[in-house]
Amino acid sequence: MTKFKRIFAYVFLTIASIISIFPFLWMLISMTNKSIDVTRGSMLPGTQLLENIKNLFQTVDIVPAMVNSGIIALVTTVLALLIASLAGYGFEMFKSKKKDIIFNILLLSMMIPFAVLMVPLYRMFGSISQVMPFIGIDTLAAAFLPTITTAFLIFFFRQSAKMFPKEMIEAGRIDGLGEFGIFFRIFMPTMKTTYAAAAIITFMNSWNNYLWPLVILQSPDKQTIPLLISNLGAGYSPDYGVIMTAIVITTLPTALVFFFMQKHFVEGMMGSVK
Amino acid sequence: MSNRMKINATGWFFIAIATVVITLFYFYPMAQALILSFQSGLGANLSFVGFDNYIRLFHDPTFITAITNTFIYLLVQVPVMIVLGLFLSVLLNDKKLKFKGLFRTAIFLPVITSLVAYSVIFKYLFATDGVLNQFLVKFSIIPEAIEWLTDPFWAKVTIIIAITWRWTGYNMIFYLSALQNVDQSIYEAARIDGASAFKVFTRITIPMLKPIILFTSITSTIGTLQIFDEIMNITGGGPGNATTSISQYIYNLSFKYTPDFGYATAVSFVIVILIILFTALQFRVAGDKND
Repeated sequence: MTKFKRIFAYVFLTIASIISIFPFLWMLISMTNKSIDVTRGSMLPGTQLLENIKNLFQTVDIVPAMVNSGIIALVTTVLALLIASLAGYGFEMFKSKKKDIIFNILLLSMMIPFAVLMVPLYRMFGSISQVMPFIGIDTLAAAFLPTITTAFLIFFFRQSAKMFPKEMIEAGRIDGLGEFGIFFRIFMPTMKTTYAAAAIITFMNSWNNYLWPLVILQSPDKQTIPLLISNLGAGYSPDYGVIMTAIVITTLPTALVFFFMQKHFVEGMMGSVK
Repeated sequence: MSNRMKINATGWFFIAIATVVITLFYFYPMAQALILSFQSGLGANLSFVGFDNYIRLFHDPTFITAITNTFIYLLVQVPVMIVLGLFLSVLLNDKKLKFKGLFRTAIFLPVITSLVAYSVIFKYLFATDGVLNQFLVKFSIIPEAIEWLTDPFWAKVTIIIAITWRWTGYNMIFYLSALQNVDQSIYEAARIDGASAFKVFTRITIPMLKPIILFTSITSTIGTLQIFDEIMNITGGGPGNATTSISQYIYNLSFKYTPDFGYATAVSFVIVILIILFTALQFRVAGDKND
């Protein structure tokens, strides 16, 4: 009976693993094949890899798209980590009734679906365009501004601030450090792993964000990676080999982070729920 | 005393930027959306129309299709994924299981893909002459190719399969880490009492994991109610409107057709109401003892 159960477990897990991995495998094989072989469903690696890479860089604006996505994701990550960790630390270390009420109100923002915010935000950036065109519609700034803090990140940093030894703060005060000195010189360096986890999840979310950039970025030279992939996928006569190459290359950053920093990756993903 | 006050003032500064940013980009637009939903007109020419937009919802066949589709995704996909995730996590929690890390990593892997990238891949895999149909026909699992993307029924199935593929591993990780905190002696006791595996699962595992199941079902519900990326990139809402979701309809109303911002925001408040209703319902079903 137990033996039967164990065999069942192996079979079931193997099938689940194959289904999970298959699209990756297919994607990797397809990037080495000609478009026609991809549609034929070839499961054998071809010799087209270099050709596909060459075509990708020559016919598709992948480099500008990666630069745009990279700028947006990098700025978002730096600002979001700074603003959210200041707040998470502030809510925990300078606790008061009033601040707890504000904290709970901020958490409510997690329940607001983006579909509700999309139209008013678009109009808001429309009005901003009149006065400050450099952060208005169709600018990279407009693409990252609404994402530079999330309630989730504030919550995440507050949870980790709870585990931070309060004696270290007192020690800092005795040593004559100001409150910000304590934050930047003691808290930040001590919480490196928390920051790593938060950075991974924030960068990845930004790198993969689709709907807001779709709404706010209009000119082709502002295109981000998800917009590019989406457009390629919707094309009438797609070169499948090239598209697969584009997808592999743009998934590579997250894949590398995942394989080399799996622990932080999962921590960031799960937030403080443990 | 004055030192305390100084520290207190600094405390407010710590939380100030985040509070301003969230107010500016969440609460202020939300209030704007509410006002907009009582206005109508094309583009920037808006005038107040009372509840007209909300009344229009009930007579709008596209909206009714979109909400029906979204409900189908929600009611089929979320339970299937949670049960599957739970089941996989229980299998993986077996101490004597070999290759545990390998299985776990493989099943978690879909999480690293962007929603757009995996959607495009699924669109190709599920094409009528695509790899999936070729495989299924070759091994005689189905007699002839299924119209995964162009048949109204199968297109919905495709969307559900796709979301399940992307998110099951993600949810499984939550269950797995919760299971690792469950006291093993409870299972020992159950085994000594001769409880069957099924009984152990329903009477011990599920009640122990209730808070985390509640958490994942709420986040999945909120996610599925807003589903957009997959619809846009796998089926484009088609065939016809057979796979359109509420979010896609809002996008179309605002940015694809002649912009009707007032009506679009009224539609978006339906998602808000649904999120509140489903979250409240799930808390009630799970009982509030755990929180």
